[in-house]
Amino acid sequence: MAAHNPLEQFRIEELLPLQAGGYNISFTNSSLFMVIAITLITLFMVLGARKKAMVPGRWQSMVEMSYEMVANMLRDTVGSGGRQYFPFIFTLFSFVLICNLLGLMPYSFTVTSHIAITFALALFIFIAVTLIGFFKHGLHYLQLFAPKGASPILLVLLVPIEIISYCIRPITLSIRLFANMMAGHTMLKVFAGFVVALGAAGIFPLAFMVALTGLETIVALLQAYIFSILTCIYLNDALHMH
Amino acid sequence: MPQLDITTFPPQLFWLAITFVVLYILMSRLALPRVGDILRTREERITGDLDRAERLNREAEDALKAYETALAEARARAGEIAARTRAAIQAEAEARQAEAEARLAAQLEAAEARIRETRDQAMGQVRGIAADTATALVARLLGNAPEQNRLDQAVSEELDRRGVR
Repeated sequence: MAAHNPLEQFRIEELLPLQAGGYNISFTNSSLFMVIAITLITLFMVLGARKKAMVPGRWQSMVEMSYEMVANMLRDTVGSGGRQYFPFIFTLFSFVLICNLLGLMPYSFTVTSHIAITFALALFIFIAVTLIGFFKHGLHYLQLFAPKGASPILLVLLVPIEIISYCIRPITLSIRLFANMMAGHTMLKVFAGFVVALGAAGIFPLAFMVALTGLETIVALLQAYIFSILTCIYLNDALHMH
Repeated sequence: MPQLDITTFPPQLFWLAITFVVLYILMSRLALPRVGDILRTREERITGDLDRAERLNREAEDALKAYETALAEARARAGEIAARTRAAIQAEAEARQAEAEARLAAQLEAAEARIRETRDQAMGQVRGIAADTATALVARLLGNAPEQNRLDQAVSEELDRRGVR
């Protein structure tokens, strides 16, 4: 019955046990899929752009489109001041996107369905953005919590709300991605269980799964996009305040 | 729920850090500058080509304008030359006609003069012939020659009366 547990797919398995300084740093199925993801991304980008063709082929066009998509996203939300963070945003977007998509393959593992991963990314972004904000504006960055033009009475109410909504960012950012990934994959697994259980009538849940896989592909794309665009928006707050 | 198993956190975070940093370095050092290069080169090339096309277009327009100017000039000159030639030919023709007319007039004059001379000459001899004929007629009719003076006078009177000179 354990194999049919819809949550079984999220289990971390140690493929190569490793220890360092008392910490467990074993190479796990999660690690394997992260390595596969960055290998695919690097091969896609580097091999796609190796010809440096003036008139791009299909592959090079896809590489250029992904580059320009992220570049436009960054420019539209942050402006030209965010230029230096482009490699990070691109890395983040491609990493999350490919991890999401890889997870859709049967028997694969979804790296981004783990709160540890998404929260670590979100927390890193939160800390980095906050540091950039203070580095750029000094203590004036705290004005982010006090919207301009609000009356003093309203400020008493607004400042705590603003502070909470700011500090909750890593949690909302990480849970949005993690929950979407986990829910989708759990649902797929549940319906996959129905296919076996219903026998010939299993064709219906199977058809539903096909549709659901399409939906999950869109969710994978959308969540990667939302994760990176929210990062851009936070970055914009830090660079330009409100 | 396997996600909440804290013992799996250290290996996940360790490998996340490793793979993410490796990917960041690969993207920022290798892949993205290359793609950025391609896009920038293309952008420059397209801008350059557009500029060149515009310049060539302008040059072509200038050439067309110059050609039209030259054509108009040539046409004007051709018209001028034609007019001049026509005038010259006409003048020559008139000159030649005038010359021919003058020559004809001169010939006419000469012919008239010759006719007049011949007539005068002939008229001058009429008197002698009339006198001789009259002398011969008188001599035949009367048997003796008439007095020369009276005969000449009679012939003269008769000729004058008839308007012959």
